[in-house]
Amino acid sequence: MLNRIFAIAKKELKQLSRDTRMLFIIFFFPVVLLIIFGYAINFDVKHIKIAVYDQDKSDYTREYVNGLISSEYFDLVTYVQDESEIKRLLDEKIVQAVVVFPNDLSRKLLSKQEVKVQYLIDGVDGTTASAIQNYVNAATYSYSIKLTKEYLAVTGKNLYVPIDLQPRFWFNPELQSTKFLIPGLMGMILIVTAVISISLSIVREKERGTIEQINVSPLSSFEFILGKTIPYIFISLINATIVLVAGYILFGIVIQGSLLLLLFGTLMFLFAALGLGIFISTVADSQQVAFQAANVTSLLPSFILSGFIFPIKTMPIAIQVLTNVTPAKFYVVILRAILLRGAGISAFWDQLIYLGIFGTIFITLAIIVDKRSKGKN
Amino acid sequence: MNAIEVNNLTKKFGAFTAVDNVNFTVKQGEIFGFLGANGAGKSTTIRMLIGVLEPTSGDALVGGHSIMKDPEMVKRNIGYMSQKFSLYNDLTVAENIRFYAGVYGLDGKKYEERKKWVLKVANLENMENTLTSSLPGGIKQRLALGTAVIHEPKIVFLDEPTSGVDPISRRNFWDLINDLSAGGTTVLVTTHYLDEAEFCNDIILINAGKIVAQGNSKELKTNYIKNPILEIETDRTVDSLEILEKEKWVGETSVFGNYIHIILNDDTITEKNIIQLLQEQNGINVKRVERIVPTLEDVFIHLIEKDNK
Repeated sequence: MLNRIFAIAKKELKQLSRDTRMLFIIFFFPVVLLIIFGYAINFDVKHIKIAVYDQDKSDYTREYVNGLISSEYFDLVTYVQDESEIKRLLDEKIVQAVVVFPNDLSRKLLSKQEVKVQYLIDGVDGTTASAIQNYVNAATYSYSIKLTKEYLAVTGKNLYVPIDLQPRFWFNPELQSTKFLIPGLMGMILIVTAVISISLSIVREKERGTIEQINVSPLSSFEFILGKTIPYIFISLINATIVLVAGYILFGIVIQGSLLLLLFGTLMFLFAALGLGIFISTVADSQQVAFQAANVTSLLPSFILSGFIFPIKTMPIAIQVLTNVTPAKFYVVILRAILLRGAGISAFWDQLIYLGIFGTIFITLAIIVDKRSKGKN
Repeated sequence: MNAIEVNNLTKKFGAFTAVDNVNFTVKQGEIFGFLGANGAGKSTTIRMLIGVLEPTSGDALVGGHSIMKDPEMVKRNIGYMSQKFSLYNDLTVAENIRFYAGVYGLDGKKYEERKKWVLKVANLENMENTLTSSLPGGIKQRLALGTAVIHEPKIVFLDEPTSGVDPISRRNFWDLINDLSAGGTTVLVTTHYLDEAEFCNDIILINAGKIVAQGNSKELKTNYIKNPILEIETDRTVDSLEILEKEKWVGETSVFGNYIHIILNDDTITEKNIIQLLQEQNGINVKRVERIVPTLEDVFIHLIEKDNK
């Protein structure tokens, strides 16, 4: 039995070594995805372009603006000279926000009255707009405190601020979105290559008629599938290694947890992903159909529903239930725990069980469909 | 002892009966021809006999094993090759041989010996590392047969092995089948080339899922057509055919190139009557009229037309 499985695995590798298209999908695709997602998709809002309409032109306004642009969050693009220009700057997306200081700002400050500073923020991209709002709030708040302190110092008093907030971000102290994205990306790359490669390799035998010769031979379906799967497990592990090494070199991601647990978690994930691929191969009759089905069932859900980019907890309940269609969801939890937090198995043992259930369901379905089709053609 | 015994084998796909209560036996070591038009039920029957398709009812013993109860034992003891030549085009000759040897658990000395044999029968002795996709059809076909019998099965099923191959390759291929048979292997072959049927020890003809004739080629020619057959050659084939078909004493007609074959309903009609009808009454120049022994083609057209009525 081992000999027969080995014969299939060896044959599969030989065929793969001559299939440049498939090799391209398996090894080049992950690198491209990694670079695109690692560099191009960046959710960190920095270097916001602002313009200033300063009608007061006082020390106060200069100091305020300096406070803004001394951080890396804001870049001062220009000073606006009259009101009509504001509309043009925002319309043509030259700036993302405009600060408007009223002409009575310094007068009011000196007479201890409240001052209103207006911010005009481009609200088209809601995420960026609310990030801008948070930054200007913080900047304005600290400048206000500074002014209060100065005022009180003149009268000989100290400002008493009862609570001083000291936030510290664990596991990803600089809140880099790449750190958050890489584990999800790894899940997505592995599921896409695993599902596509295994389903295409089985369907190709159907399409070319070679499956007929296999069916007549003493090979059992189990030996056939196992022989086919083994090479792709190794290839997926190589892929995972490529992503991890690239993640370290390009984005400085260091594996915090145990490599052995990572390997085990990855194998469980591959069991689920290959189960899905094997199921697709029993339903699809041509490589085209299999490729489409593999794409639709692996790429899209792992992108949208895995929690890779969009947090699952904020989704409506119905969608949250739907997220279970992709094993990437469970794997992303495992990866984040191991890669970023260095957590032990207690943090994700339940996810391993879900992966096991997922794989078992699809392999069982594949067996049922396969048995049914035996009596037919 | 019989290599294959088929008992009341039936296969239905929904309301359609593809194989209808078929019975036959194949003797050990013979070449058994399985003839019929496309869609007659040949491939369905074979697929049941090799254990990949479950019969609706009935059973068959292949090499002594029941296809219903023990399809796995059947698979171990047979070889199978189909019209698609199930070789991997993206593997080399040697890799294909290695793979099928591995599937049948051959290794060591036995493997080396069989590999040599396959390369010899396929005429590929110095081309082990050629990619299979670049081989000509005839060679591919021989390689496919070689790999299909790499484990030296007692019974081999060939499903239209020669379709789409040139005549010389076909002839060479039949030499190979004869060699296998001479070595004691039972060969069951389906074909729709009737000249190939002449090479078979025994033949059955299947139409619409039912056996319509059975026997060796001599028996088929003498047992199924009792009426005399005339072969006629004229210089106006189509016109002659139209005239002949109007006569009551003409049973069936068929055209083979410039020749017309007619089966007579009336024993008293002779060559002279034909010449009289065509040449004297209709002015068609008759080159030749001859009473002939029916060919297998005559027999099969006759039987299938009769069956379809």
